[in-house]
Amino acid sequence: MSVTDSDVVIVGGGIAGCATALYLAQRGVAVTLCEKGLAGAMASGVNFGGVRQQGRPLAELPLARRSRGLWPRLGEIIGDTCEFIASGHLKIAHDAAGMADLATYAAAASGHGLDLQLLEGAEMRGRFPWLSPTLAGGSYCAEDGQANPRLVGPAFARAARAAGAMIREQCEIIEADHDGRRFILTAGDGSVFRAARMLNCAGAWGAELAARFGETVPLTARAPQMVVSEPTRYFIEPVLGVCNGDLYLRQISRGNVIFGGGYGIADTGTSRSSVLPENTHSACATAIGLIPRLAGLPMIRVWTGIEGYIADDIPVIGPSRTRPGLFHGFGFSGHGFQLGPAIGEILGELLTDGKTETPIGAFDIGRFAESTDAPSP
Amino acid sequence: MSAPRVLVVGAGPAGVRAAELLAESGTETIVVDEGLRAGGQIYRRPPAGFTRPYGALYGFEAAKARALHDAFDRLEGGIDYRPETLIWNLSRGIAHSYGEATGYNEIPYDALIIATGAHDRTIPFPGWTLPGVFTLGGAQVALKYQGCAVGRRVLFCGTGPLLYLIAYQYALAGAGIAGVLDCAPLGAKLRSLSGLAAAGGVMLAKGLFYTAALRARGIAVVQGALPLEARAEDGRLAALRYRDGQGAAREIACDGIATGYGLAPDTKLADLAGCAFYYHPAARHWLPVSDDDGRATAAGVYLAGDGAGIAGADAAETRGALAAYAVIADRGGSVPMARIAALRRRLARARRFAAALDRGFPFPHEFAAAMADETILCRCEAISAGVLRAAVTDLGATEMNRAKAFSRVGMGRCQGRVCAAAATEVLAAALQIDPEAVGRGRGQAPVKPIPMVAK
Repeated sequence: MSVTDSDVVIVGGGIAGCATALYLAQRGVAVTLCEKGLAGAMASGVNFGGVRQQGRPLAELPLARRSRGLWPRLGEIIGDTCEFIASGHLKIAHDAAGMADLATYAAAASGHGLDLQLLEGAEMRGRFPWLSPTLAGGSYCAEDGQANPRLVGPAFARAARAAGAMIREQCEIIEADHDGRRFILTAGDGSVFRAARMLNCAGAWGAELAARFGETVPLTARAPQMVVSEPTRYFIEPVLGVCNGDLYLRQISRGNVIFGGGYGIADTGTSRSSVLPENTHSACATAIGLIPRLAGLPMIRVWTGIEGYIADDIPVIGPSRTRPGLFHGFGFSGHGFQLGPAIGEILGELLTDGKTETPIGAFDIGRFAESTDAPSP
Repeated sequence: MSAPRVLVVGAGPAGVRAAELLAESGTETIVVDEGLRAGGQIYRRPPAGFTRPYGALYGFEAAKARALHDAFDRLEGGIDYRPETLIWNLSRGIAHSYGEATGYNEIPYDALIIATGAHDRTIPFPGWTLPGVFTLGGAQVALKYQGCAVGRRVLFCGTGPLLYLIAYQYALAGAGIAGVLDCAPLGAKLRSLSGLAAAGGVMLAKGLFYTAALRARGIAVVQGALPLEARAEDGRLAALRYRDGQGAAREIACDGIATGYGLAPDTKLADLAGCAFYYHPAARHWLPVSDDDGRATAAGVYLAGDGAGIAGADAAETRGALAAYAVIADRGGSVPMARIAALRRRLARARRFAAALDRGFPFPHEFAAAMADETILCRCEAISAGVLRAAVTDLGATEMNRAKAFSRVGMGRCQGRVCAAAATEVLAAALQIDPEAVGRGRGQAPVKPIPMVAK
């Protein structure tokens, strides 16, 4: 049985965990990351691949803005551009109420320096003539875009390893304790990891890990479903989203159309998830409703993965309220991919300096402790 | 127990025999098949109106083909038969089907017999994506189904019993043949002869007959060959360069190539059904686990035919019958034990023969492992072998799914059906590990591409 001592131990090798490991290793912190499978293989690797600021909860925008600065620099930061392109993002409204929501959001987002361009129906159709003529309009963000999610987590893991971090894959943590001095984590194979500081980046499994330290987070594991078509002529430049609608769609320059919508079955026990065929059909129908010419296009693969959704739809980021030295960064609720690179810096700052310039108060895990501690009516 | 509803997927030798026994027992039986007419690949029937006689279509196997077709025709009205239909996904006891004429449908089932057969196993070589290069099975389908040859001067190249059979069938049909390149090392074939003779003297005799018949027609048969490159002139396939058994580089002019190295089982549906798999080291591929009667590890799922392990058409019929009896027995019905014992013995013999074939015609994995970096490995995504190797050397992939995620090999419209065998060997060599340790590409729906519809 091996014992590994580090300054920081990170549980979870998604983008958030691996990016933090990189940040710490670059600053000479002895960091060990334990990942139960392979780095970046779960939600970080099988998500839609949208790199989007538009439409996020406003509290996330400072983080998203920071991350947006990092995406075009991934080549120099981690040695892989991860196929990021700023192809634009168009959020579509079906009706006037949707347009009003987009206008309200655009006004609020401009305060964060996010420039959104409202397009009325005719203008939107002039620019994107392949969209259904029934749509009311949309909001366009030129600097949003897309990337290949399969590459990002592993690239951060490789860079972290090169910088001196210990990245342990196939290393599932089954026990987590604190002996009064430091954290003691035990893996399934009996290996022990000890460190004065610990970071919980365990995604859909993060609430379970937080609960070991007496912190309750209302998290539900869900399995967002995706579809990819066979290649067709490249014509959809921006990534698409829909107001009050469960569909997101992009086309890569190779020609494949990738879209998501609906949920399958998530099993956190086995780490397996499966697609519900009826939801695949619904997503196809919705996609065709937006872009009629997709009708008849063959789909070649469907997939899903396990993601942790927190009840109020924003993640937990920041220090533990019960255990000094413990930090959390999980529960990105289906929109963590774009944030990942900045999350690494923010958590890295917290772990090294105890503070970050980026406002993260809204993500405090204490927001749930208060409600659970409240006396019942 | 209530009357079960059994879904049989595939109407080749295994599916037909399974359906026959199920229908006979009064079981509600649904047969879904991708083909226009029952018979599978080996006993594929031409569309109605084609008049080539059984002897010309199926040679020595004419009587078996006729018996199978007749058996299925007799089921008309007694089963729910859905031709030209694909089961594209399985979810919670419901099979999801698609047919061009019938659209999308859901088929709930109590038991599922997967008899989806096998497909050609290929090894890419420079020029393999040129028009005119076919798989062996594809060349045979063209002939059997519509009486067409894949070229005016067809070169046959590969290993396995199909190589000589199909070349012979082409010769018999009067097609022009440029030659036969047998890529199996002669030593392996000789070593396996005793096994073949013991297990199936008739089949061995047939193989010798085909070879002799080709030679008698003056057709060049080259032993121990290695294909180097299919060469085009004016965009059309013109010749195959190859290395002969003595190591000399040679070239044969041809406008069609039929190539293949044995068969790979179609296991995607078994994967979607949640079956456990094991690696078959002699055949060098993964198979769903099943018992002698075809029971898979997933509840209510049964496997029959080459999809349960490559053993040929006769074994497929046997397995189809055994799977049907297993379904009936597992649902509390009575089954003929003596007959089942005889079927099991027959299957054991067929498996011994299949094992001898694996020894006689080993998958030439070293061809795949030695593939040049520039050679297109995954034709759907146009990914070269070098890119797959870089997923190991530069990006740190240590198994199939990660290498696929990094390189896109196997992510295209065939979902790895065509390139997985060769990709596994390239990875095994690059990682210097056993192909079993490379692992198995995760099966994801749809089984084959299906169109997006507006509902």
